[in-house]
Amino acid sequence: MSTSAAALPGREAAAETGKMAVVPPPKPPKRAASALGDVVFFNLTRAFALIALLTLAGIIVSLVYAAWPALVKYGVPFLWTSDWNPPAEKFGALIPIYGTLVTSAIALVIAVPVSFGIALFLTELSPAWLRRPLGTAIELLAAIPSIVYGMWGLLVFSPIFANYVQPALSSTLGKVPLVGRLFDGPPIGIGLLCAGIILAIMIIPFIASVMRDVFEVTPAMLKESAYGVGATTWEVVWNVVLPYTKVGVVGGIMLGLGRALGETMAVTFVIGNTNFLDSASLFAPGNSITSALANEFGEAGPGLHTAALIELGLILFVITFIVLAVSKLMLMQLAKGEGRKS
Amino acid sequence: MNIHQRRYLVNKAALALSLVAMAFGLVWLLWILWTTLELGVSGLSVELFTKMTPPPGAKEPGGLANAIAGSALMVGLATAIGTPVGILAGVYLAEYGKHTALGGVTRFINDVLLSAPSIVIGLFIYAVYVAQVGSFSGFAGVLSLALIVVPVVVRTTENMLLLVPDSLREAVFALGAHKWQVIMKVTIRASRAGIITGILLAIARIAGETAPLLFTALSNQFWSLDLGEPMANLPVTIFKFAMSPFSDWQSLAWAGVFLITLGVLAINIAARVLFRDKH
Repeated sequence: MSTSAAALPGREAAAETGKMAVVPPPKPPKRAASALGDVVFFNLTRAFALIALLTLAGIIVSLVYAAWPALVKYGVPFLWTSDWNPPAEKFGALIPIYGTLVTSAIALVIAVPVSFGIALFLTELSPAWLRRPLGTAIELLAAIPSIVYGMWGLLVFSPIFANYVQPALSSTLGKVPLVGRLFDGPPIGIGLLCAGIILAIMIIPFIASVMRDVFEVTPAMLKESAYGVGATTWEVVWNVVLPYTKVGVVGGIMLGLGRALGETMAVTFVIGNTNFLDSASLFAPGNSITSALANEFGEAGPGLHTAALIELGLILFVITFIVLAVSKLMLMQLAKGEGRKS
Repeated sequence: MNIHQRRYLVNKAALALSLVAMAFGLVWLLWILWTTLELGVSGLSVELFTKMTPPPGAKEPGGLANAIAGSALMVGLATAIGTPVGILAGVYLAEYGKHTALGGVTRFINDVLLSAPSIVIGLFIYAVYVAQVGSFSGFAGVLSLALIVVPVVVRTTENMLLLVPDSLREAVFALGAHKWQVIMKVTIRASRAGIITGILLAIARIAGETAPLLFTALSNQFWSLDLGEPMANLPVTIFKFAMSPFSDWQSLAWAGVFLITLGVLAINIAARVLFRDKH
């Protein structure tokens, strides 16, 4: 395409000079250099695009290489061994993995309904003039650096949480059989539950803005048809918008989950950082993969301790990669469907 | 209660709950901002910008000068390295690789890297650079931050270039321009505001990043702008000071949090205003 387009002015110029030789060509032609520029520019941009791929490959290869001593020594049982004892060189990832999964699960349980509510409010209920400022406010919540959440969580939120929320939870949900064991134990503020709540606050903006965006792609005609047969706003959202955007909503939730799994600073401040966990209580302090890395990496001597920590990082990367890849695929599927149906 | 009343009530209840959810989201934002403002402003002083970070139990009040300078230097260099890479890769995705296999895979991987845990990026740089060189250094911090900048800039550059109508490209081709001239002189210029927005958002993102710096730049109690040495920076200093039992350290940490939050929110709002004015 570019060659045929480029040939055009040359021909024109030749015709011009043939007809009236008085008009000089405006500029000396630099076509050879320009054609070379095309090749150079194309390969340059392609090389930089390859950097993204190389980064991914580099991350996986380098982490496997650095974790190799631990991978060989502990094998697959690393995943379900709960012993983490650096002086004795005994390492098992169960407690950090448990902490990561539990805090992320708590975060999703809180964040998904709230985000749905926010998206519902922003797309259906809010007056038009409020939509933009409120949407921006929620997005700004996502822009606050995680260390601010962590410090706020440790110094401001967790004392209030220990004094008011935890006693209230123990005396209500704590009395329910079975579930009660989750809300058992001394109210010390920091712990798995506190970390889960801070994570929920952090991922609400991510999930809410994806949900709002996908709700907005629902064709107006579809919604109007439902309103036309007398559906209420809630029925339109629940029975028309949500089924239509199901894939995108799940994609948004997975995006939030990916963030929660990999979040470091907010969790490190409030999770308690202990590798001993002997109760099922969510009030108990624990450790997550990220907090273990943030706390121990600086002090870890070279050798097995560092290798075991890097293996933790590798596990985290693999889990988040899968979650984020699934999320991306789902969002892409929605985008494709949108093109086909409209 | 008949079915009409029930549907009416369910609807009202659901909408009321959505209002509650919205309020729930905003309460945290306001609460966090309020705390940062309240505790951060009281920690502000001239010493903050002139004195170095204090040792534990120091008699004289310390400041954050070395940390502020280190952060500014690392964020600046990381942006300078990451931005051209991101823009060129974004140009490839939008202008050349729209329908190619390489383009598709790169786009996918880039979006995954965009949300990948930053702590893993830190580990990566630790494994390939710090462990090989044998010491923590400011340059390693710059590299890890640059790796976080790239996917953000790639994503916005591609999106912004795709907004440029094809008729504009065709018009320039018809004038006899080469493809690289079309891109450099027309499409990138047309989407300049959007691309700058992306760069601003990337700066806001790395300004508060802590996790990758823990394994790369570490921290430094003294003034140092030597990229071969561990370098002080605001996030790691805040982390260390906030976890400490000393009240003067904690108050410095709040002042640091105030500076970062203020900076990040200001950049975000500036990026939004810039983008809105142009589109």
